[in-house]
Amino acid sequence: MRRSLKLAAVMLSGSLGIASLAACGAKSTDSTSASAGASGSSGIKVGMAYDIGGRGDQSFNDSAARGLDKAKAELGVQVNEAEAKTGEAESDKEARLKSLVTAGYNPVIAVGFVYQDAVNKVAKDNPNVKFAIIDSASADQPANVTSLTFSEQEGSYLAGVAAASKSKSHQIGFIGGVQSELIKKFEAGYTAGAKSVDPNIVVDVTYLTTPPDFSGFNDPGKGKEAAQGQLDKGADVIYAAAGSSGAGAIEAVSTAGKWAIGVDSDQAAQPALAKYKDHILTSMVKNVDTAVYTYIKSVKDGSPLTGVKNFDLSAQGVSLATTGGHIDDIQSKLADAQKAITSGATKVPTAPQS
Amino acid sequence: MTSPTPAKRPLGQRFDLERIVLGLAAPVLAVLLSLVICSLLLLSSGRDPFKAFDVMFTYGTASDGQVQIINKGVTYYLAAVAAAFGFRMNLFNIGVEGQYRIAALFTAYIGSQIDLPAFIQIPLLLVTAMLAGGIWASIAGVLKVYRGVSEVISTIMLNAISLAVVGLLLVPGIFAPKTGSSSNSIQTAPISQSSHFFSIETAGGTLWGFFIIAILVGVGFQLTLNRTRFGFDLRATGRSESAAQASGVNVKRMVLTSMAVSGALAGLIGMPTLLQSSYTYGTSFQQGLGFTGIAIALLGRNSPIGIVFSALLFAFMDVTAVQLPLQGDFPQEIVAVMQGTIVICVVVAYELVRRYGLKRQQQKVGAELAAQAAAAANKEVAA
Repeated sequence: MRRSLKLAAVMLSGSLGIASLAACGAKSTDSTSASAGASGSSGIKVGMAYDIGGRGDQSFNDSAARGLDKAKAELGVQVNEAEAKTGEAESDKEARLKSLVTAGYNPVIAVGFVYQDAVNKVAKDNPNVKFAIIDSASADQPANVTSLTFSEQEGSYLAGVAAASKSKSHQIGFIGGVQSELIKKFEAGYTAGAKSVDPNIVVDVTYLTTPPDFSGFNDPGKGKEAAQGQLDKGADVIYAAAGSSGAGAIEAVSTAGKWAIGVDSDQAAQPALAKYKDHILTSMVKNVDTAVYTYIKSVKDGSPLTGVKNFDLSAQGVSLATTGGHIDDIQSKLADAQKAITSGATKVPTAPQS
Repeated sequence: MTSPTPAKRPLGQRFDLERIVLGLAAPVLAVLLSLVICSLLLLSSGRDPFKAFDVMFTYGTASDGQVQIINKGVTYYLAAVAAAFGFRMNLFNIGVEGQYRIAALFTAYIGSQIDLPAFIQIPLLLVTAMLAGGIWASIAGVLKVYRGVSEVISTIMLNAISLAVVGLLLVPGIFAPKTGSSSNSIQTAPISQSSHFFSIETAGGTLWGFFIIAILVGVGFQLTLNRTRFGFDLRATGRSESAAQASGVNVKRMVLTSMAVSGALAGLIGMPTLLQSSYTYGTSFQQGLGFTGIAIALLGRNSPIGIVFSALLFAFMDVTAVQLPLQGDFPQEIVAVMQGTIVICVVVAYELVRRYGLKRQQQKVGAELAAQAAAAANKEVAA
């Protein structure tokens, strides 16, 4: 008995020792004074925290990065960026934001809904720092947090119009990355748009994963499989709102010689997908770059955007890409639909009718 | 690496020094080797590895870094102990991942529905978590005992099923509150105020009080293993199932209980986060801890004390990794490479060290036998 007691004592004292060590060491922020602040030409230092994938994901994060690059080039702001890694804890996100704050970055932009809780927490502790979060808003977020959201359903409505106009088999497909409320908005708009052109059209809907499994946003294999399934059923235009899984769907659709519709960025213009560009009908572009740039500019001009700033069709927040000119022949139809939405004549649903 | 170098002085006096050195040799070797590999990787991409290690070390020794390391280490420790408990009797519970997921979901739900005084509420939630994890793990245990299904297969499958179960239950109107959310995230209602576990405010931030539970679990594990009949049976079964059976151990019952206990411990993994920080279970809840736990248990040789150090080492690496891209353009994936190589190297190193130890033992025994024979021969001559 004595030996195990001793072991227990060692463990206890050991861990308590470490605990007390933690309490007396110097903080990491003590040494990092705001040394870099003076060198920036405009004096604004923008910190950016990406979601998983970061720069180079050919989609959502890349779009945000473009906005940041534009701000860097045109507004002369200093930037620092970091991305999330798979399976990290909430505390890692908080630490990332906190580190940006302590290094003097203000505003701090968090890309993606995953940061909502972390942003709320860190923003509360740093009321003098401005935060922006893309694609997410919560009722209890502090006043120094700005939400940049998009009317995905409106852009998807246009994508639906384009898909239904191009479909010969009267059957189109929708692939959602994860069955979340946000992606359901895409589905709702797409279906409504397609039905507005062809009331009898069949829309196949496939979600790759259900929360809490978010692998549906970065698994091209799953995207390919789902697209193949829809193609086999007879769909000839497929819209994939699935982050980087969409690349797999585009590949499958392209191999079958049908039309794919990209999402978030203009996917036909992306180097990684260039070989499929003849089969990318259009992309439902979410102009995250515009939002990011607008936000940074508003901070620089001294009148920062606050609250929830929604970028809809009329604010150029969402649009259809025209790369390749595949939708030039239906441009008038799209313009009519767009006019109907911006004038309020067409109300685009935000949740799928079931 | 920069992990706290194990200060095992009191043990050193007690045990054979050579055994200790041999025991430490493998993990130290593995860590060094992975450092070399990562340095080469960084060098080949034109970055200065020492600068990277400096960034990690600087943050890891700062007080806010340390608090984070301990908080994370507590979670890692529980994850590793849960896996190690099964490993000790050769029961490969790969399902820790699914067990803690289910446990966290149900505990978060119950915590949000019930509001009792804290001294009842917290034990109630801990018991709920352990029960949920234990029951989920028992499915695999029952399958193994009564149907001969390998626990490796069934637990991996149960991991996938647990994801589906969460997907099914965590929807507005069932476990998640009905709100017109348009975001990707979804979570349970926050747990009641009385469910919050105590924490300590330090200069470096909030230190979670849950480390007390982790210590209790560690001590309990050690005592059970070495001081109880059950622990003896467990280790015996781990060494040789047939021998244990022959000497009267009810192996079937052992499988059922240890699977349940392993699952119950797994149930605790999500608790530090749930009761101390997030207060909800949802899509932002950390995933993959079950697999991290297996790696940490492997590095810590499934011993409650070894795991303390390996958990802190992994926590150190994960916490400081966040700083890498922020302070100098280092890819934080380098830490994942480091952890991966450590785990691979440690398996190899343990085997090498084991063989070396075996050889040393054989030599020693051989020398002793030779000495005895010589002494006997001398005696004969004398007589």
